[in-house]
Amino acid sequence: MTKGLFTRANIARTLLLGFFLLFTFAPLYWMFITSIKPSDDYLAVPPVWFPAEPTMLHYTAALFAYRGLDGLINSVIISAAATLLSTVLGTLMAYSLARFNTGGQHLSFWVLSQRFLPPIAIVLPIFLIYRAVGLHDTHLGLIIAYTVFTLPVTVWMMFAYFRQMPKSLEEAALVDGCTRWQSLWRVAIPLAMPGIVAAAVFAFIACWTEFFFALILTSQTAFTLPTVFRAFLGFQGAQYGEASALAMVSLVPSIILGILAQRHLVRGLTLGAVRG
Amino acid sequence: MAHVTIKGLHKHFGAVHVVKGIDLAIADGEFTVLVGPSGCGKSTLLRTVAGLEQASEGTIEIGGKVVNDIRPRDRDVAMVFQDYALYPHMTVAQNIGFGLRARNFPKPEIETRVKRAAKMLNIDQLLDRLPRQLSGGQRQRVAIGRAIVRNPQIFLFDEPLSNLDAQLRDEMRSEIKRLHQELGATMIYVTHDQIEAMTLADRIVLMNAGQIEQSGTPLELYERPRTRFVAGFLGSPKINFIKARLENAGIVFADGQALGLPAADAQRYAAHAGKPVIFGIRPQHIDRAPMTGSPHIKSTVDLVQPTGARTYVTFAIGGEPVMAELDAHDAGKPGDEIAIALDLAHFLLIDPESGNVLGR
Repeated sequence: MTKGLFTRANIARTLLLGFFLLFTFAPLYWMFITSIKPSDDYLAVPPVWFPAEPTMLHYTAALFAYRGLDGLINSVIISAAATLLSTVLGTLMAYSLARFNTGGQHLSFWVLSQRFLPPIAIVLPIFLIYRAVGLHDTHLGLIIAYTVFTLPVTVWMMFAYFRQMPKSLEEAALVDGCTRWQSLWRVAIPLAMPGIVAAAVFAFIACWTEFFFALILTSQTAFTLPTVFRAFLGFQGAQYGEASALAMVSLVPSIILGILAQRHLVRGLTLGAVRG
Repeated sequence: MAHVTIKGLHKHFGAVHVVKGIDLAIADGEFTVLVGPSGCGKSTLLRTVAGLEQASEGTIEIGGKVVNDIRPRDRDVAMVFQDYALYPHMTVAQNIGFGLRARNFPKPEIETRVKRAAKMLNIDQLLDRLPRQLSGGQRQRVAIGRAIVRNPQIFLFDEPLSNLDAQLRDEMRSEIKRLHQELGATMIYVTHDQIEAMTLADRIVLMNAGQIEQSGTPLELYERPRTRFVAGFLGSPKINFIKARLENAGIVFADGQALGLPAADAQRYAAHAGKPVIFGIRPQHIDRAPMTGSPHIKSTVDLVQPTGARTYVTFAIGGEPVMAELDAHDAGKPGDEIAIALDLAHFLLIDPESGNVLGR
């Protein structure tokens, strides 16, 4: 038993895993302790591994003085709405592409090709249009932009998902007495749920971490969490504590989402309908 | 229950012409089997009756009503799919009752009907299971249960047994036949398996390249095929086709051996005398003959395949391989010289150019 435990392969594996964990968690740890360190400890030599007097000051500063809380609330509203829209619209679009071959061979690729465009190329025209129609610095404006921005990936994920789902299930439903909508709602959607959850998670993460559009298209009202970080790099040097505190806060939704979606994500990646 | 009338049906998929003018009348309560090689359009024809495909041309009537523009759900048909198409997220009971729920039947009635159907198919102990917990045969039963529970006018089967292993297939085939006898419903059944077609059908519709090659009772098609294709498709082992020439005296094979035809036959085929023909005879109608005496053909045994009661023996006539189904004790062994008697009450002469059976 003990002999088996210390084989070369096991030692190598443990070292590798240990290194990987260190690589993953060390920055997180550093971020966490920086968020509770007094300012003098940030760059102290030797480094402070755990502050003697932890403080919550950076959190209150980041959330209130720097309006991080407003950004957080905006981010939640905008990301959730855009994710919902993108998932609903994207799923319906993908179903149409997969089942009715809508738009022939090229529409599905055209949808994806929207992502080939560098954001910088479209952000200025969008900015000008938004200013003209009064969408600048509004929640709705950013929700629309994020929905459009995440749709291609949602459509493609769901397109692939529907395409590998046997058609005969929906056909059986049609013959059994369903309309097209009912067969979609009662058969196709429940079976596609793992894919839908996966697509929604991807869309949410994309919205949650988006910086560039938010920077240009919002200012004082609809600004999102990532744009708040700008304020921490100022004339007087970087506000490490506040930045870390806000980063900790912005991690929370990602972690909650990850835990909620884990079950579905795993199923989504190893799916397979019942076959003969 | 209802009769089905198909008139001048065509189906195109883009540039591909899959069904090319089908006229077919199926009587109330008839078990019709659409059979043919893959790609002959039989499944497409069935799916058009179900309403899953739109007819490009022609009409389909169910119970005297044209249904071309009626949605599948309103045609009152039930369909059993090749891959069973069970809803993986529903239990057996929910699967069977799905059609009734979709049609808003009251709950207690759904329950009684589901139970009755399950009992009929011997799956009443599986009602709470999910499809993935069932074996192939059980899944097929559930799929059939989903069809019978609705008591539809017409049952459609799309190669329902082709995913099952041989033993289970025999079992389910009998089950479907029994079901038809009990329900007396109109059934249309698609298969590429000629045994299924022969055993199940009241009437076989043999299709080839999008058209009906011949339709009739299984025995009609087996005994009086109209074309070489029909003769070759039905029967196991396959019928033998031997190139020959029709002379006044009888049939002359490529190696010069001749076979005298009975007077009546000689007269019947007189118009074709002097022309090349294909001589068709089933393995069951070939036997060993005594080496002397009655008319016979000589050959050498090439291959012997015993199957138990009968043995398949291959030899050459006129240079072409011919298979005979012989009594196990008559089979001989490879290299044996044998004399062969051909049963002239059961042979076909086929025009090699048109593929039509002559003398019909």
